[in-house]
Amino acid sequence: MFKASSSSQTLLRASALSARIPRPYRAKLVARSLATVADPPVRRYGGLKDQDRIFTNAYCRHDHGIKGAMSRGDWHRTKDILLKGDNWIIQSIKDSGLRGRGGAGFPSGLKWSFMNKPGWEKDPRPRYLVVNADEGEPGTCKDREILRGDPHKLIEGCLVAGRAMNATAAYIYIRGEFYQEASHVQQAINEAYKAGFLGKDACGSGYSFDVYVHRGAGAYICGEETALIESIEGKQGKPRLKPPFPADVGLFGCPTTVANVETVAVAPTICRRGSKWFASFGRERNQGTKLFCISGHVNNPCVVEEEMSIPLKDLVEKHCGGVIGGWDNLLGIVPGGSSVPILPINKCAEVLMDFDSLKDAQSGLGTGAVIVMNKSTDVVKAIARFSHFYKHESCGQCTPCREGTTWMMNMMDRMVEGRGHVREIDMLLELTKQVEGRTICALGDAAAWPIQGLMRHFRPEVERRIAEFRAANGAVGFGGLLKKDADDTLALPDNLGLRLPEAEAASPALEQPRA
Amino acid sequence: MLRIVSSVSRPTSTGLLGKVAVTTHTPHNGRRSFSSTSSRGADITLTVDGKEVTVPQGSALIQACEAAGATIPRFCYHDRLAIAGNCRMCLVEVERSPKPVASCAMPAMPGSKVFTNTPLVHEAREGVMEFLLANHPLDCPICDQGGECDLQDQSMRYGSDRARFHEITGKRAVENKDLGPLVKTSMNRCIQCTRCVRFANEVAGVEELGTTGRGNDMQIGTYVAKTMDSELSGNVVDLCPVGALTSKPYAYHARPWELKNTESIDVMDAVGSNIRIDSRGVEVMRIQPKTNDDVNEEWISDKTRYAYDGLKFQRLTTPLIKRGDRFVSATWEDALAAIADGLAASGAKDDEIQGVVGHLTDAESIVALKDLINRLGSDNLALDQPGGNAAPVHGVEKADAILLIGTNPRHEAAVLNSRIRKSWLHTGLEVGLVGERADTTYGYDFIGEDAKALSNFIAGKGPFVEKFKNAKRPLIIVGSALAEHPDGKAMYNDLAKFVEKNKDKLVTPEWNGFSILQRVASRPAAYELGFPKFIYLLNADEVDPKSIPQDAFVVYQGHHGDLGAQLADVCLPGVAYTEKGVTWVNTEGRAQLGRAAVSSPGASREDWKIIRYVFSWPIYRWGPLPYDDILEVRDRLWDISPTLVRYDVTEPTSQEIAIAGLKTLATQTGGAKVAGTPLRNLSQTSTKLILYQERESVTMAQCTRAFVKGENYGFTAFA
Repeated sequence: MFKASSSSQTLLRASALSARIPRPYRAKLVARSLATVADPPVRRYGGLKDQDRIFTNAYCRHDHGIKGAMSRGDWHRTKDILLKGDNWIIQSIKDSGLRGRGGAGFPSGLKWSFMNKPGWEKDPRPRYLVVNADEGEPGTCKDREILRGDPHKLIEGCLVAGRAMNATAAYIYIRGEFYQEASHVQQAINEAYKAGFLGKDACGSGYSFDVYVHRGAGAYICGEETALIESIEGKQGKPRLKPPFPADVGLFGCPTTVANVETVAVAPTICRRGSKWFASFGRERNQGTKLFCISGHVNNPCVVEEEMSIPLKDLVEKHCGGVIGGWDNLLGIVPGGSSVPILPINKCAEVLMDFDSLKDAQSGLGTGAVIVMNKSTDVVKAIARFSHFYKHESCGQCTPCREGTTWMMNMMDRMVEGRGHVREIDMLLELTKQVEGRTICALGDAAAWPIQGLMRHFRPEVERRIAEFRAANGAVGFGGLLKKDADDTLALPDNLGLRLPEAEAASPALEQPRA
Repeated sequence: MLRIVSSVSRPTSTGLLGKVAVTTHTPHNGRRSFSSTSSRGADITLTVDGKEVTVPQGSALIQACEAAGATIPRFCYHDRLAIAGNCRMCLVEVERSPKPVASCAMPAMPGSKVFTNTPLVHEAREGVMEFLLANHPLDCPICDQGGECDLQDQSMRYGSDRARFHEITGKRAVENKDLGPLVKTSMNRCIQCTRCVRFANEVAGVEELGTTGRGNDMQIGTYVAKTMDSELSGNVVDLCPVGALTSKPYAYHARPWELKNTESIDVMDAVGSNIRIDSRGVEVMRIQPKTNDDVNEEWISDKTRYAYDGLKFQRLTTPLIKRGDRFVSATWEDALAAIADGLAASGAKDDEIQGVVGHLTDAESIVALKDLINRLGSDNLALDQPGGNAAPVHGVEKADAILLIGTNPRHEAAVLNSRIRKSWLHTGLEVGLVGERADTTYGYDFIGEDAKALSNFIAGKGPFVEKFKNAKRPLIIVGSALAEHPDGKAMYNDLAKFVEKNKDKLVTPEWNGFSILQRVASRPAAYELGFPKFIYLLNADEVDPKSIPQDAFVVYQGHHGDLGAQLADVCLPGVAYTEKGVTWVNTEGRAQLGRAAVSSPGASREDWKIIRYVFSWPIYRWGPLPYDDILEVRDRLWDISPTLVRYDVTEPTSQEIAIAGLKTLATQTGGAKVAGTPLRNLSQTSTKLILYQERESVTMAQCTRAFVKGENYGFTAFA
């Protein structure tokens, strides 16, 4: 009998142990021979220490005013950061590996550097930083905590980020519903001006910088960067065509960069504590800390700052007291706000909360808004509700989104009760593909993805409902027309699927191969 | 295809905008418009479907594709409007782009590889088409756009062959809007391309049309219920790619495949817009614009478009002779004999015989009348035009400062006005106005409204003076109403001196900055009639009855039984502009050839033929005028002025002649006293602007009610 050496025994034990803890979602390891050197120790993510938190007043337990903020370290030697110059700040952000926290995850340092194209000094136009505080994504509530508890972090971030891109002013576009948040931000701005941190000669650095608050009227689409710019300009919030990108022609026709609140607010801390410190959290290409907002069927819904790449299961168990009814009662999790596909329980157990891992799992980090659904959820109805949301929030400018969201909503409504034909599931998926990537902005994609996710993981549920509905009501044609309601004396189109032989079959779930 | 290719090779997409000087300051937000951003840059080369094509930098991808011969379906994209990029029909595949890109919104990049014929593109188009049709009613059989509908055509070509939309919730229903008596709406059919919105906001300058609501509830309309008060509103009918906006007077009248198209020239104002007359049998069914970048681009005014129904009423179809207090029909022979008798009986000789030329008279018949009157031994032809003659339609876009005097081009030449607006939007054009304040659709410096204000301006007082002095190409546009104003002479005198003083800028070999905006196809001067004994009114209806002596014998030749005809002893039925192929000269001196679209009604004849025939009886010693066909008449035109037969070009007035003309003007008007009456614009309804054809037009009457009197027009399905 083959006898393993002691060292390989420990190795085996270690790997057996590690099999129980969640791993990054990736392909299985190849078989190893004895000569293989030991694995590097498995890096476990999560468990951010208190001294590493950036948003120390996220829960608004302390003074959000300038006094409290300064006692927590804000505005500490901001002048020195500013005096380091734009290149230094941008390089720090690049080194820190910060990716945009608004959902798309574009590398922030790179984005900010677009403002400083060669020869930008010769451009007489003013330059703007626009902070996107129009936090409207269902499930997301991280920015409001920053605006409410740590507004000075944001204001200081505006100054630092503004210095990096040589902006003349920053506009903070705050969602209209955020009244208290806007008040706190305005208070912070007033205090900062009074303290000499803003205005002409901000922080005594010789750099002049202004910050303005603009309150939106509560349209989700105004969170799209160009729609936001339009909205600030006083027009209907409808996304612009790109190119030209805002870095060339943005707010009032001037170079503009739109950044999320969290992205801007972490910048001063990164500059202060060093990019290495920030990059030490999370996996490669997904570094940093992040505010996660967990809602839904958890015992303790919360907003919490955690290390990137924390396993989703850890996040839920550690900070939220677990899923209601235990982990095994979990049905699925939407890991990044309403616009990303849902993940079923088996994937939830193994994904890490970062951009790449969730992308590999065919979902996305989005804004880090984790929506937990346990088995009490009607998942089809939940996704149908998302479709309602996107239908309601579509700006109506471009065709696929305007017509597609409505159509998808109508189909999803029927799917909730099962009033449809099994073939329509594939048709619905085809419709989502017709919307996805064909629109001016990403709202079309966002409307399409949840449905794709639903059909990817919960198709049997949808098929079951269709079968049940048909058992109760007889054959259903395309579009939801019941055969018993069909009036043969009318000139009905012959492609309604009312006489399809499959429609008569007992179990539709059997004839449709699973995806 | 050739046309499109050549338009691409122009400086910018529209060609005309390219000539607009580029200013350094950001214009009034011309975002999204490729055509308004830059002058011609370097050419770039890219590959479309494997075919190399070179286009100017800044072209949109869709233009590059067109240049390469690949047809791109589109709904929202239009050459002359800003880019919206919202229909998504023009998606194409670009190498190294993961998603299909909207070719209208994407600038052509050098070296990029574009594919317009791949499965991805086909699938994308089919998808967009399916979405567009999902909420589009299937009422093509009762839709006026049927047969010329972009959606219909493109769905046949790019759409799927069957529908998948069977939702029990049904299609979207949208309330129709009442935009007035000209534009009929059927908003269920709207595909939200926003062409009409962009047209109203950019070209027409009435910011009344817009979108409300969002998502699937988005609607096109005026924000508050009101009519679309624009003199260019009819153009939205042409722009609408579906049947959402159709022509109300034309509703349910004809199908496009029944119509015969005749390209001709409009005479409703002095712009000389190029039009296409659509006729069925002997009836003019509608009038549409024909593209001519130098004159009217692609637009025509509502008057041009809708006044055609006046051609059907009150027409003179047979010669009429006055017997007592009424007219009786007569044969041509009798009528001509009556004229001969009348001339003999009146005893008129030499300058007592007068010809008066009215509004809608073509060049051929004017010349014929001149020859006729001359042959009768008279030189008394009332056809004088005060002042200069080379007014610009096109030069407007080159000017960087415009002084309007006593005119509101919005009503007197709507298409010209849209050009001023375009220039004002995209360049640093400054406009000043002497005259009555009016909503011109662009901003202007108001200088004053009487002769004193003008002399102050000339004396160098006021803020606009500086702007005008600093301009490189200043332009003065004098309204034709000035000549009729009590202070007209004094103002002309002032102006003539001013222009002469500043001739180094205003009158140079390249630039003629002094111009008069004519408002009708041929300006008469009926108020300078004198006391002749025999009067020949050729289409002249603005004659003051008091100026015609009781004993004079009056012949009226025209196509409508209007004011002039009431004064006449003999009426001769001429033909209207849709019924004759003749030469028209517009306000900038551009000769253009109109064509007959329909045959003339009854016994009417072409005007120059009538004049030639009038005194061709053997009883006269002189015989008929020496031309037997239209070509010989045009030879005679050539004798008089070669420009009259050099079609479609404008001949600039030479510097010497312009200055000589100004000197004459100055001496003629010298010593005129200023009365101080303020200048008044001709309103849309003042009789001066309304030609008799319009007076007979039901549509125009409805417009007057809706737009001028502001009556609540009320919603009507049928006009």
